[in-house]
Amino acid sequence: MSEEVKLMKGNEAIAHAAIRCGCDGYFGYPITPQSEVLETLMEVEPWKTTGMVVLQAESEVSAINMVYGGAGCGKKVMTSSSSPGVSLKQEGVSYLAGAELPALIVNVMRGGPGLGTIQPSQADYFQTVKGGGHGDYRLIALAPASVQEMADFVGLGFDLAFKYRNPAIILADGVIGQMMEKVVLPDFQPRMTEEEIAEKCPWAAVGKPKNRERNVITSLELQPDAMEQNNIRFQEKYKTIEENEVRYEEIMCDDAEYLLVAFGSSARICQKAVEIAREQGIKLGLLRPITLWPFPKKALADYANKVKAMLSVELNAGQMVEDVRLAVNGKVPVEHYGRLGGIVYTPDEIVEAVKNKIM
Amino acid sequence: MALEDIIKPENLVYKKPDIMNDNAMHYCPGCSHGVVHKLIAEVIEEMGLVEDSIGITPVGCAVFAYNYIDIDWEEAAHGRAPALATAIKRLRPNKLVFTYQGDGDLSAIGTAETIHACNRGESIAIIFINNGIYGMTGGQMAPTTLEGIKTATCPYGRDVKLNGYPLKITNLLKELEGTRFVTRQSVHTAAAVRKTKKAIRKAFENCLDGKGGANVVEVVSTCSSGWKMTPAKANKWMEENMFPAYPLGDLRDRDANI
Ligand SMILES: Cc1ncc(C[n+]2csc(CCOP(=O)(O)OP(=O)(O)O)c2C)c(N)n1
Ligand code: SF4
Ligand SMILES: [Mg+2]
Repeated sequence: MSEEVKLMKGNEAIAHAAIRCGCDGYFGYPITPQSEVLETLMEVEPWKTTGMVVLQAESEVSAINMVYGGAGCGKKVMTSSSSPGVSLKQEGVSYLAGAELPALIVNVMRGGPGLGTIQPSQADYFQTVKGGGHGDYRLIALAPASVQEMADFVGLGFDLAFKYRNPAIILADGVIGQMMEKVVLPDFQPRMTEEEIAEKCPWAAVGKPKNRERNVITSLELQPDAMEQNNIRFQEKYKTIEENEVRYEEIMCDDAEYLLVAFGSSARICQKAVEIAREQGIKLGLLRPITLWPFPKKALADYANKVKAMLSVELNAGQMVEDVRLAVNGKVPVEHYGRLGGIVYTPDEIVEAVKNKIM
Repeated sequence: MALEDIIKPENLVYKKPDIMNDNAMHYCPGCSHGVVHKLIAEVIEEMGLVEDSIGITPVGCAVFAYNYIDIDWEEAAHGRAPALATAIKRLRPNKLVFTYQGDGDLSAIGTAETIHACNRGESIAIIFINNGIYGMTGGQMAPTTLEGIKTATCPYGRDVKLNGYPLKITNLLKELEGTRFVTRQSVHTAAAVRKTKKAIRKAFENCLDGKGGANVVEVVSTCSSGWKMTPAKANKWMEENMFPAYPLGDLRDRDANI
């Protein structure tokens, strides 16, 4: 297929990529700065072409439970929202993880806490990688840093979700959601056939044929010993994911003496900061975690043997920095630089922070 | 009535449908849940829908309904069953998709999901067990608990000044343009059981004829444990106290212009 380059917003890229990835259903509720996902889908009307279901739910609670229902019957389903809405979804997210259902959630973060601001933020890092909902569970968390990655991670997120029977989340922010960039959308992939569903999701509640036991989608297990076994199984799965699915990008790291660690829109700004610092003779590099969970712990531990110090640059009060410190385990100083409440730093401010905090 | 008048096929109430398995039910003696389970299983079997049914269980005493009827099931978070049903039905329009919910599940925590699924006219059936109490958690007040009734969380009786009025949610649902068939039944006598079965069958048939519209079958039920009564006394008490507040009959049947 010819690589047609298009210009669009990150949120629009999510919508178009979903249709092209063979998504069966999208369930959402409007909230800035991600409403374009639902708006684009409603404008394109994919139910007339691929048969994809698109529905505006009455709330984020309902939307995530629609996702649970759809995933439970073997369909490729997703939802998107922004921070306050994602807080409401946490009940459903925990149930998805507990019932081991594949699904895709998109959070285009805005500043909080509370109703906060509609401006970009990365303050939902903890919520995304440390839980959010109740219980010991993990989400496969992908952090796009471009409109291209917004498009690419829809397919990747679904693939990983189905591979591991686990919900995946795209953790973007208002910058990535709203900015317009060139993007090559993924090739069209048909929706799964019933035969493919039967093969990929033999556990799904699709209607019980005569030749198998009933399928039950549930997270309930009242026997503590059986529930412990379930949890042990989950933890083993999470370990496998940690071993196989870590993704990150290294920019100017080969000879770096100082290392920036940043994800999403912050990584884009840090990339510019690296250029400016290098012009000033500072050997600065950038490690960009692409998967926030599983976190690139090993790569960071290795860099702790090579660089003098690290600076975790995040649009929050210091969240990912805790994971960087855990990975580095005291070998080199790890500091945090952030802006809060919807304010975004400039590359120069980041270079200043490097000088003030870790040099 | 002579014995031979009773033993007729149309009076057969307690035959076990094939898809009701032999798992021992966890319900208390006299509980309405078990009877309604059997009716659902019978209707599914009689309609030939065993392979084409997806049920959604609530959080409440019926959470384990999936252990007793051999069809595919999804277990929803408390109150969210209609949201699951909405998605399943839209993604699998040829299936019979039904929820089974208690009064706490449907008319307290899940009110929004219930009203909006009905208002959208989802082609689903909602089987609503109204026993006027939270059975599973040990007998706390439900939105449907009658005025003056004592429960664990209104130990001196439901005071409408403190707790508001018993919620007649089905009366609300029947007003929605998206509902097609809304009925209130019970299972305290053989005749009532037969009527409820007919209502469930009608609701299920409506889900599959492509005309759309939500279908709600409320079953005014007993919870002898929560009510702290013998099953027989609970039935009597229900007739005397619940039925005046929740009168039986069809509240909406758009096909019959009701
Ligand atoms: C989010 C959430 N809140 C509360 C509970 C506790 N809980 C379980 S069942 C239930 C009430 C069930 O009552 P009802 O729906 O009337 O069902 P019944 O047991 O009477 O059939 C409650 C409050 C829960 N499981 N989840
Ligand atoms: S507590 Fe009430 S609703 Fe629950 S099984 Fe016992 S009688 Fe039935
Ligand atoms: Mg109840």
